Amino acid sequence: MKGSYFGEFGGCFVPELLMPPLLEVEAAMRDILSTPSFQTELDDLLGNYAGRATPLTYCARLSEETGFHLWLKREDLLHTGAHKINNTLGQALLAKRMGKTALVAETGAGQHGVATAAAAARLGMNCVIYMGSEDIARQSPNVMRMKLLGAEVHAVQNGTRTLKDAINEALRAWISSQETTHYCFGTAAGPHPFPTLVRRLQSVIGRETRSQLFEKTGRLPDAVVACVGGGSNAIGIFYPFLEDASVRLIGVEAAGTGETGCFNSAPLNLGSPGVLHGNYTMLLQNNDGQIEPSHSVSAGLDYPGVGPEHAWLHKTGRVHYGMVKDANALAAFHRLCKTEGILPALESSHALAWVLDHPQKFAPGSHVVVNLSGRGDKDMEIVSNFPHREEPHEHA
Amino acid sequence: MNTLEEKIRSAAAAGRTALIPFLTAGFPDKTRFWPTIMELDDNGADIIEIGVPFSDPVADGPVVAAASQRALSDGVHLRGILAEMKERKGLVRAGVVLMGYLNPFLQYGFEKLAVDAAAAGVHGFIIPDMPFEESVSLRAALKKQGIALIALVGPNTGEKRMRLYAGENEGYAYVVSVMGTTGERTALAPQIAAVIRRARSVFSVPLALGFGLREPSQLAMLPHDAQPDAVVFGSALLTHLDSGKSAAAFLNRWR
Repeated sequence: MKGSYFGEFGGCFVPELLMPPLLEVEAAMRDILSTPSFQTELDDLLGNYAGRATPLTYCARLSEETGFHLWLKREDLLHTGAHKINNTLGQALLAKRMGKTALVAETGAGQHGVATAAAAARLGMNCVIYMGSEDIARQSPNVMRMKLLGAEVHAVQNGTRTLKDAINEALRAWISSQETTHYCFGTAAGPHPFPTLVRRLQSVIGRETRSQLFEKTGRLPDAVVACVGGGSNAIGIFYPFLEDASVRLIGVEAAGTGETGCFNSAPLNLGSPGVLHGNYTMLLQNNDGQIEPSHSVSAGLDYPGVGPEHAWLHKTGRVHYGMVKDANALAAFHRLCKTEGILPALESSHALAWVLDHPQKFAPGSHVVVNLSGRGDKDMEIVSNFPHREEPHEHA
Repeated sequence: MNTLEEKIRSAAAAGRTALIPFLTAGFPDKTRFWPTIMELDDNGADIIEIGVPFSDPVADGPVVAAASQRALSDGVHLRGILAEMKERKGLVRAGVVLMGYLNPFLQYGFEKLAVDAAAAGVHGFIIPDMPFEESVSLRAALKKQGIALIALVGPNTGEKRMRLYAGENEGYAYVVSVMGTTGERTALAPQIAAVIRRARSVFSVPLALGFGLREPSQLAMLPHDAQPDAVVFGSALLTHLDSGKSAAAFLNRWR
């Protein structure tokens, strides 16, 4: 359990029964992940199955409107429609080399569930997905995709019936299935070593961004912006830039509906430190330490915690974490559809919204990269039911 | 010797397996909780584990998780539990253990928790989501107040990890009988005898067996040299109480 903390955040707060399998994952990271044969096989899967490298798209029309150069890192173009597949292919391959025959995973919006199901099918493994019954109702196309890909999908009826409860249930299932099963954790949170493992598998996003922008402009970006739920797409694109002091890093949390005291998914801005799902991090909780329900129009950001490394980067100030309300994310969604012909996920729309709503924060002519972490096809129903306003309210 | 160890040792001296009922705070409801505790105390409980509710109980099966949820809806919280215990300090003869997830204890503050728990007559804590590596600061705070932090070990806990816990453990060691969450099972897994023998060779404190226990006959399958010193039952007791039966009737089956 070396290196399980990011400053004071992180750790490994799990039942003793989960310590042996977590130590096994830690050992596999050390012994398998860096071997050339693993990397070769993963690179092949990422390149020829998932569709890497993803493009870095220049947004000519939005750049002209805003006065700075806006680039999108196109994780939406990956197989299964989001960055999640970077992580699931890596973990599935690792699990297979550890001798596991099955994957268990949680999912919120269903993107991680679909990506896990695809990786399991591709590598000939069994797959069990836990998903809150609330999320099953609002993301039904993804449930069908998981089933078509051969996964068993279990509805979780406990608690708030969303991602948080799906994680609880997947952890419970892993206790009894650990001998044959790897827990393919979906974000850079949870107990050590998951925050480090997921960061490592997702940082391909930032490495590509760095070399692609350099190739096109001969320089580093001035700012990199990503949405933060659990925080895997954000840490993936931030990590390779952490040491570059000239690169501003901006994470964007979901502020929910936006009135004072509303449910939100912004534990870095509005929460306090505590322990949930195996790590010490920033949480939405009451004074008694009970976890509060979260809310976001985007199911993928709807989580009361956040990865521990983000809690640390927030505390040190290396990354600035802003907030965007539901309505502003929707407005950015529509604007990108109309001006660039790209239909972004509502999660990624939060990152874009922060940039579009704060043009004054970016110097004219500067280069700003937004991680477009997923595509919005899954969100059609939510978008069509959301009252559409061209001019959103001002927000922080 | 820690009070909890004493309780189990004196049951053994009387030729009994010590009985440790688990009751979620505020169960079956706020009015009947304390009368139920007193009834358990009057009917042979050697130690009573009181469950502190938490919104996200990952080590619990459906029965204890539902009881926890119900308690939270009824407004049960750690401050209230400690205050009620303090009012009744000395009335319960059994040893008293608080069992709950880390976050409510963390938010309360470890130093204050240890002081207030001692004042409330708590002899030990069981925290299912705090493995040895993360236990240093709480253990130190509890130790100053003479309160035990009880290890949970299970079928997949090897000798090496058991030794980590044994080096610091007081009271008793809680042996989880299944690779799973709390809740009744019809039979104990056959390999549990080996787990108890392994724990016996490592721990100097008594061993309590729990998770999945439903009836005394489950112990009969264990060989003589792999019998626990104490048994813990939670889900079976909660289900029994919820069906309107008495705590006394439940304990009588085990005495």
